[in-house]
Amino acid sequence: MDFLADLFKLLVFPGFLFVVNFGLFLEWVDRKIYARMQHRVGPPWYQPWLDTIKLFTKEDVIPEKANPFMFTFLPVLDLAAAVTAFLYLPFGGFSSVNPFPGDLVVVVFFLTLSTLLLFLIGWYSGSPFGRVGSLRAVTQFLAYEVPLVLSLLTPALLAGSWSISTIKIVMAQNLSRFLPVTLLALAVSLLSLQGKLLRVPFDAPEAETEIVAGPLTEYTGRRLAFIRLAERAELVVGAGLISNLFLPFDKVLGMLGFFVSCVVVVFGLSVLRASFARLRIEDTTLISWKYLIPFSALGMALAIMVRG
Amino acid sequence: MPEIEIPVGPQHPALKEPESFRFEVDGEIVKSVDIRLGYVHRGIEKACQDRTWVQAVYLIERICGICSHSHTTCFCQAVEEIAGIEVPRRARFIRSLFGEMERIHSHLLWLGLAGHEVGFDSLFMYAWHDREIILDALESISGNRVNYGMNTIGGVRRDVTEKDVDELGRALDLLEERVKYYTDVALNEATFRSRLEGVGKITREQAIDLGTVGPTARSAGVDVDLRRDDPYAAYDEIPFRVITADGGDLLAAAVVRLGEIEESLKIIRYIIENLPDGPIAVKAPRRIPAGEACSRYEAPRGEDIHYVRSGGGDKPLRVKVRAPTLANINAVAQSMRGARVADIPIIIAGIDPCFSCTDRMVRLDDVSSGRTEVLTWAQLSARCRASR
Amino acid sequence: MGLAKMLPELIQSLFHKPATIRFPAERVPAPEGLRGKPVCDFSLCIGCRACARDCPAMAIEMADVGEKLPKPVFHYDRCAFCGQCADSCPKKAITMTREYDLASFSRAGLTSRAREGSQRQEVADS
Ligand code: SF4
Ligand code: SF4
Repeated sequence: MDFLADLFKLLVFPGFLFVVNFGLFLEWVDRKIYARMQHRVGPPWYQPWLDTIKLFTKEDVIPEKANPFMFTFLPVLDLAAAVTAFLYLPFGGFSSVNPFPGDLVVVVFFLTLSTLLLFLIGWYSGSPFGRVGSLRAVTQFLAYEVPLVLSLLTPALLAGSWSISTIKIVMAQNLSRFLPVTLLALAVSLLSLQGKLLRVPFDAPEAETEIVAGPLTEYTGRRLAFIRLAERAELVVGAGLISNLFLPFDKVLGMLGFFVSCVVVVFGLSVLRASFARLRIEDTTLISWKYLIPFSALGMALAIMVRG
Repeated sequence: MPEIEIPVGPQHPALKEPESFRFEVDGEIVKSVDIRLGYVHRGIEKACQDRTWVQAVYLIERICGICSHSHTTCFCQAVEEIAGIEVPRRARFIRSLFGEMERIHSHLLWLGLAGHEVGFDSLFMYAWHDREIILDALESISGNRVNYGMNTIGGVRRDVTEKDVDELGRALDLLEERVKYYTDVALNEATFRSRLEGVGKITREQAIDLGTVGPTARSAGVDVDLRRDDPYAAYDEIPFRVITADGGDLLAAAVVRLGEIEESLKIIRYIIENLPDGPIAVKAPRRIPAGEACSRYEAPRGEDIHYVRSGGGDKPLRVKVRAPTLANINAVAQSMRGARVADIPIIIAGIDPCFSCTDRMVRLDDVSSGRTEVLTWAQLSARCRASR
Repeated sequence: MGLAKMLPELIQSLFHKPATIRFPAERVPAPEGLRGKPVCDFSLCIGCRACARDCPAMAIEMADVGEKLPKPVFHYDRCAFCGQCADSCPKKAITMTREYDLASFSRAGLTSRAREGSQRQEVADS
């Protein structure tokens, strides 16, 4: 019975099915808000599901120049990494599947892993666009990963713990005292998450008009569907992480609170996406070193001071 | 880092029409570019020879979906010159009116596309949303959004009524305000501006040497504008300013185009206030007397040239079109050298290219051997160099 | 210079009606002078062929309908909606209607011709 329960956790809730469907829902929220900000009607709520189904039914193509094993294996691994990351997140009053004192680090690690996988995906797809995109992805990786991690660790420092659930409790208790530092870290982490998810203005690695789709150029059908689902899952993990550390509405509202805080995060990301033009890769790096990293470091320094 | 060859086109998201650019890049820097034209050659010039003069006008209109009025005006002017037809004053004013309305929608289209090429889709959607104002006005006056079908040899086909003038006046008020807003956004939004400033730069000398025309030339400080330099339609009676900028980069191109929209709005106001009475067309003969003429027109993208020859029949003997993009494409090749990969799409979009208007192919019939050959651009220029 | 210059308008637009519409369900009204489908009043037509001669898209064919003179047949799948036929017709038999939504799955439904032996107009429906 234990085995079945574990399997359920892994595949249905809070595992694969939940993450993927919630990810597709957040995709719809993002697309709808983005469209409404641009005077457009936007897609109906079921559009992301239709898109995914369509991809799964499409013809299966492996380009001649791609490495067939890597080409198939990497997308699956990518999705697995992102879903696994979510298993370590507590949410909506549930504790995570395997809560232990260092789970924050594990979640961040799995998020990082899926970016590196994206690099490999592009590199082994055998397309010049994929290569250029992959190189950009690593360059950008160095630029936002540091501020993202630093700003996510700021609450950990404040709470004096690496466990997400402990951080949540301590943060809730000291809300007003920690607020200024938290806000700073929240702003930096939102911007870095935007970079992590390769969205405008930090979408140079996938810049449509320049390099088609970067690492994903050669992908189609099922494999593309896997990568897209992995991206949605990353969105869930990113939003969930920020919601846990900075916007723990689920402390009061339970599951609904978790949804609300995730939607708030996605709203922030959509506004960012709508307001800017794409930055060149060297500008992304520059902005990261000039603003994001100093501010995230400042956040950490403040956190140490506040804790006294 | 080894050099990678990046193919942009014939199918690529940055290009709205098929055309091939092959870039040798070293990391993020472009080393060289090979441009190949000819993917959307439609043979319109040849097809005109099979159409009567009346029919040819509609075919010419379809050379370009954006400058449809430019091409027909240019063509009709040439034919009218051969036949010695005097176009009524009211018709000339209406031609100018449509020319300016077309310029506005074309430049707003460019602004949106420029936004899209650098990932600023909000600007794209907004600019195109407000472009609908002018398209609606065009549609309600002419009966169609894009191929207005206003021109005919000898004048225009539809009159502009009092009601049209009223509606147009309201549309202008709205547009004026929106154009101010876009000028502010395009020139002051830091992320957008940083993608234009210093990108796709050509000097004034290069602009002249490469034979650039229109906003591309004006943005490099070359003060040319056929509306002033060789007035046609009603431009000799309309006061207006020629907008130039120096800098030669895409920011200057944006300044010029946005300034021209504002100027066009003023021209339209002048036209609807001073629209003369009278007939809108004179009847043109079905057979145009033998002769030839060359006509020039300042299209939104630059100088458009039509050469027309008549043998006295009801069909043209030869029609030759030089669309502005052909003159500007060399500026793209020039400013690509040393550019960043990230700037490729916006540099191409910078001249507001219209590839199907530009495309041509060269076929050599070797009389001695009877061999027929289709030449690419590179082969042709190699031959030219060899024969020098 | 500024950052996120469009932000105020973007947020405002969240609360405005969108500019796009759900097309087949909702429609934009056609403006008054729209050049849509050309329709011929065959009872006025004198069979002079002027329309067929001037049509740039060769969309008009003159067909024998069992009368002294032939009558035009319109092929809307070729028509470019330029309105030249209406301009050329000496009897003003042709009018450009505002009907623009002519998409069809078969070409057969896209013609309009005078019924044999009759002066009445008949437009084949798809
Ligand atoms: S509208 Fe133009 S294309 Fe259509 S039938 Fe009439 S002349 Fe021919
Ligand atoms: S031009 Fe008019 S009258 Fe002549 S054939 Fe056509 S419809 Fe009939």
